[in-house]
Amino acid sequence: MIDFGYGLTPSSAIDLDKMDRTHFEILIRREPDVLKCMACGSCAASCTAGVYTTMNLRKGILLLSRGQEKSALEQFRSCMLCGKCQLVCPRGINTRNLILSILKTYSIQ
Amino acid sequence: MNNRNVVIIGGGPCGIEAAKTLAKLGHTAFLIEKEPHLGGHLAKWDRLFPYGQKADEVLNKITSGLENVKWFVDTQVTSINRIDKSYNVILGNGMSILADAVLLTTGFSLFPAEKKEEYGYGIYDRVITNADLEHYFAEGNDHRIQYPKKIGFVHCVGSRDEKAGNRQCSKVCCATAVKQACEIKEKFPNSTVYCFYMDLRMFGRNYEDMYLEAQKKYGIIFVRGRVSEVSEKQDGTLLIKAEDTLSGKPLRVSLDLLVLMAGMVQNSDTAKFAQMLSLNIPEDGFFQSKNYFTAPGVSSKKGVFYAGACTGPKTLPEAIAEGKSVALTIDEYLL
Repeated sequence: MIDFGYGLTPSSAIDLDKMDRTHFEILIRREPDVLKCMACGSCAASCTAGVYTTMNLRKGILLLSRGQEKSALEQFRSCMLCGKCQLVCPRGINTRNLILSILKTYSIQ
Repeated sequence: MNNRNVVIIGGGPCGIEAAKTLAKLGHTAFLIEKEPHLGGHLAKWDRLFPYGQKADEVLNKITSGLENVKWFVDTQVTSINRIDKSYNVILGNGMSILADAVLLTTGFSLFPAEKKEEYGYGIYDRVITNADLEHYFAEGNDHRIQYPKKIGFVHCVGSRDEKAGNRQCSKVCCATAVKQACEIKEKFPNSTVYCFYMDLRMFGRNYEDMYLEAQKKYGIIFVRGRVSEVSEKQDGTLLIKAEDTLSGKPLRVSLDLLVLMAGMVQNSDTAKFAQMLSLNIPEDGFFQSKNYFTAPGVSSKKGVFYAGACTGPKTLPEAIAEGKSVALTIDEYLL
């Protein structure tokens, strides 16, 4: 076989049919507030870590709810649990417990 | 037709419309307003979305034909007592009316923007509200507005905000913000105007056209993100922080003027009237109709009716239409 130098690139599309919700369901049980997010971005706007790193709670919640665990989880290492996001959240989400629950559910150290 | 007494509490557009219609139907309508003039919030506004019609033109039209209505301004309701099938309404001016029906058209209050301390209303000089801006458009002067080059609008101030005690969407602020953004751009053509929104609720006919015009004709810049905090720099300009959620990056911008779109909350008198008439009010503080679809103007007490924004945020045409329609509901009740 002649190698033409082509390879297969995995699809980057979100396929909800193939999404594994196991972890997200556990997360909902640990912190039901995760369902309350309306994606306003107040958390990310006030985030101290977010200015220098990829940390973005709004995006993290969205990606986890879409089963995009790999791209969602990396950022949480940068969180310093300062709690500013909890102060600004208009839906009153317990963000600190949410982040800790994410770390526990997806076993991140 | 038997002539009955109906007391209408609240002389905004909805109450006026109801009073006029009840008078036309042959009843004696007593319209009670606590402020020194009729018209409610409409009297304080300059122009109306989506067509930019002058508010005073609309108000003049509404207030014409009040000859057959007994209306009182600068008048408080002191007490309401049930006597058999009627209500004895005692007014602050010493008058008492034996009413066969009481209609509450108490409307809404604007959310007190100073409660959202992180936005700095009443602390920073260049932070104003939607109501302040309307006043400026109408009167032409405000010491806080001095040829601003960069202007921002914050949507949902005190709306969709559990921490401010208001979970509801105020319905009209999105359209008002887009209208005001275009107007201020027209006034200061060299300025850059930003709108910070969470969701743009352009639900009515031609509202979407107004939004399109804001983008195309006026070049308003829409940022999807809720402003998290505002601070004042040494030169008096403001630093605004939000997330640009569509690019997923924290965003900051300095502004010369920030306009807070204060939302609708229950009228501050709602609790007072609820107590006088022993009406239950749900958690959000607005009056609750007997049935949202089939009895929107009917309360849980016989002879007590609601119309307009006292049962939740409404647009002006909705409030006017409800005022007119509740008059028929009351007329049927009085038969």
